Amino acid sequence: MKNRSQTVAFLGLCTALALILAYVELLIQPLIPSIPGIKMGLPNIIIIFLLYRRGAASAAGVSLLRVLLVSMLFGNAMALIYSLAGGALSLLVMLLLRRLNWLSPVGVSVAGGVAHNVGQILTAMLLLETAELGYYLVVLTVTGIIAGVLVGLCGSLLVKHVPSKLRF
Amino acid sequence: MKERNGISKVHLRNDVVMIILLLVLAGAGALYLFAFRGSGDTVNVTVDGELYGVYALSEPRVEEIRTGEDGSRLNRLVIRDGKAYVESASCPDGICAAHRPVFRRGESIVCLPHRVVITVVTEQRADSPDIVA
Repeated sequence: MKNRSQTVAFLGLCTALALILAYVELLIQPLIPSIPGIKMGLPNIIIIFLLYRRGAASAAGVSLLRVLLVSMLFGNAMALIYSLAGGALSLLVMLLLRRLNWLSPVGVSVAGGVAHNVGQILTAMLLLETAELGYYLVVLTVTGIIAGVLVGLCGSLLVKHVPSKLRF
Repeated sequence: MKERNGISKVHLRNDVVMIILLLVLAGAGALYLFAFRGSGDTVNVTVDGELYGVYALSEPRVEEIRTGEDGSRLNRLVIRDGKAYVESASCPDGICAAHRPVFRRGESIVCLPHRVVITVVTEQRADSPDIVA
């Protein structure tokens, strides 16, 4: 790492980008008629980028900050619990898969997206004490795969094309 | 060509394998849930997409669902022995009245001409998980 301040500035920039993507996602949500809970997961573009270009620690840090900030800005305590559960499981899966190097960024993104849904549904099942939500998981798995592919494609384009001269 | 958009062939193949596995899992889950779904305890009646009434399957009753501007469209909903069915209806096709009684979660009776949908649910509903982050 060349310069500590550069790192701080860059990760701050990434966090801001993730926040904006979360906001954009909120804005376009009403345009897509959907089941509640279905989301693109746009901020994951940034996480994928960081995971491949900077490593696990940066990805985890920005991811955690994003979840906390987004819940504070746009959500409530309940949203925070669901987001943390989804975000943590998603991050764990992505870190592991990145380490194993079996998949492309797109595959990692898909796994992360589906893991996010699984984490949230499991939390909901625990909190609401109902197994009803299993149906939901089936639907969310399919939509999670689609969203994961799109997000992963965006992420892998960034990984490839953001100039590596940007030393951060 | 070894790489395309920074994605190697091996990785691409593994991606596809994983996605197929996930879809198979989801499909198996769907089949399992479909085959073993339990009974519901409530029927929701919607007319034109708007909630008309909610009735418990445990209480026998006869409900006349009147729709249309002058209330002339009639579907007579009967709840008996924990099951719901449409006894008679003034719609032209009568498909809803011919439908067998419903009681499993997710089962429904639909009257297209009157835009009446009767769906079996369980009372305990989840509020939407995480719409934010």
